Amino acid sequence: MENNVTENKNKLPTATRVPLLKILLAFLKIGAFTFGGGYAILPIIRQEIIHHLKWVDAEGFMDILLVTQSLPGSVALNCSIIVGRRLRGTIGGLAAALGIVIPSFLTILFLVAFLLPVVQESIFVQAVFYGLRPAVAALVASTVWELGKEFAGDRLSIIIFITLLPVSLILHLHPVLVLALGALLGLLCFQK
Amino acid sequence: MYLLVLLNLFWSYFKIGLFSFGGGYAMIPLMELEIISRHGWLTAAEFADIIAIAETTPGPIAINSATYVGFRMAGIIGSIVATLGVVSPSLIILLTLGTFLMSFIKIKNPRMEGIIQGLRPAVIVLILLAAVSLGKAGLVDVATCLMAAALFLARILFKANPFYLIAAGAMLGLILYPY
Repeated sequence: MENNVTENKNKLPTATRVPLLKILLAFLKIGAFTFGGGYAILPIIRQEIIHHLKWVDAEGFMDILLVTQSLPGSVALNCSIIVGRRLRGTIGGLAAALGIVIPSFLTILFLVAFLLPVVQESIFVQAVFYGLRPAVAALVASTVWELGKEFAGDRLSIIIFITLLPVSLILHLHPVLVLALGALLGLLCFQK
Repeated sequence: MYLLVLLNLFWSYFKIGLFSFGGGYAMIPLMELEIISRHGWLTAAEFADIIAIAETTPGPIAINSATYVGFRMAGIIGSIVATLGVVSPSLIILLTLGTFLMSFIKIKNPRMEGIIQGLRPAVIVLILLAAVSLGKAGLVDVATCLMAAALFLARILFKANPFYLIAAGAMLGLILYPY
């Protein structure tokens, strides 16, 4: 019952049926302007979906974020599917997913099929990649730092981190097993 | 054989999509396991290049890498199959369980909170592992080590935009490359 109420409330801003093409185009736009993926996409989705198109209100968007953050898959993709589904059901969700994927897909296809084969042997392209690799390593390392700071005050997080790190480094645990162990430790040790 | 490659691509990327928690970087170790170690589709350096390409092109890293690896291994069809593989888990989960999950998440459940609480440090461990292996692939001499250190500091001290960091990396590469 309560479930129905929330669903209806979230549907309210759109009194008329949103055309599928509009959903597709909206997420094409979002997909085309999100560089780096992940959380970089959220301000853009927020701007388009809440403020511009008014498909979801701010509170509804917070709920969507909560769900996507605890589910597997790209945050951008998950958000889009939920919004699309809310507007037009399954077919709406598919349209939104297609919109998010197409810009990424076409860009990479263009690069790998047409551009890279032509320029790959060039010494300058080699030089660019020579510089890009340490930059990416630094970027990923800085993410560890940023995320670590958020949990620095939380004892349980620190304990789980300190337990998991040496274990996964030494035993070369499968990444999925690292996640499973983390979830298990959280389940066992978490107290309200 | 071709069909087998397509099946492997789909299944590998399905797993990557299914187990990627905590945004793009946390799934790098799993991608490395599937793409470099298990199937030998790419070398560690090529993989680092894809991450760099993914950072500078639109869209989530997982989708970018799926399109790239798929095309390299099996052409256009391969890129479509791998991309479908990586988005399928999200589509299946959200289109079948979406309503249930939306109401479930609002109920404060201490067990669920515990699991999410435990997943976060695990995600950080995975991202750290990703940084280590990308570092191994990218830090090949003194210049690249200094570059990584400088860009790392620029990011954590001055909150430099990732896009600019990548651009700076490309410029520094052009200048410092041992031609």
